[in-house]
Amino acid sequence: MSVLAALARGIWDFVAGDDWRVALGVACAIAVTALVATSTVAAWWVLPLAVVALLADSLRRAARGC
Amino acid sequence: MSGTEIGLAVSVFLACAVEAVEALTIVLAVGTTRSWSSALSGVAAATALLAALVAALGPALTSLPIDVLRVAVGGLLLVFGLQWLRKAILRAAGLKARHDEAALFAEEADAARRAGRPAGFDPYSFTVACKGVLLEGLEVAFIVLTFGANQHRIPLAAAAAAAAIVLVVIAGVAVRAPLARVPENTMKFAVGVMLSSFGTFWGAEGAGASWPGNDAALLVIIPALLAISLALVALIRRASALAPAPVGTP
Repeated sequence: MSVLAALARGIWDFVAGDDWRVALGVACAIAVTALVATSTVAAWWVLPLAVVALLADSLRRAARGC
Repeated sequence: MSGTEIGLAVSVFLACAVEAVEALTIVLAVGTTRSWSSALSGVAAATALLAALVAALGPALTSLPIDVLRVAVGGLLLVFGLQWLRKAILRAAGLKARHDEAALFAEEADAARRAGRPAGFDPYSFTVACKGVLLEGLEVAFIVLTFGANQHRIPLAAAAAAAAIVLVVIAGVAVRAPLARVPENTMKFAVGVMLSSFGTFWGAEGAGASWPGNDAALLVIIPALLAISLALVALIRRASALAPAPVGTP
């Protein structure tokens, strides 16, 4: 069990890195893109906007912590 | 070779070169202070493991439906790219220590000297070299797999990675010291921008969005993300300069 827990922990650290909110935000932004793509509105702008917002927010939090 | 394939090769080459420089520092530290044969055995073991991983997962990934592959690959590349970019921006803005190969070498060499040394095969050198190459190589293997599978060009991605490793090893053998003069932080910044840009492009495409201009959209996304990242560096630097010094600071 401890090996499985360590493996899960390793995968989590590998994917989430220093800021798990970025990983969660990317997943949400892709889901929103898919949702918008089913409508008549263009969906390409959702992800770039989300990327800039997530990056800026993550950096703001990191800078505050320094 | 198309523009996307050139982007793929450049991104993989840069990412692999950066990680190879870091792995080389670790191997040099244990090799020069303890045992070259044991350290190189560790490198061989880690390389074989990484090659097996790429060989096993590559065909499995390429057999996925293209939209599923693009969403998964785009999302993961974006998460990884943003991690690299975040660290690179914090380093460029002076809020995070820059990667210093000379300091890392001194630290690793000191730890290697202090560890007990048996006669013959040296498990310490083997383990440290194997772990170093495996950990640094895992991210590269992931980038090779995701970039390559998405373009159905795993051999191209693997060749770019191999070229970077060969170049770094040749430079390491020639210099016989950690490659402290390689502009690692700048390269990491570039890789962060490239991974995030390709991740954005493929992630949106996989989710069903159509980019204006199709592949040509990358020619806008990459410079735009670079410009925004540089602007964020300038903003953080300015904010840090304006922030009051902590109480007790001389």
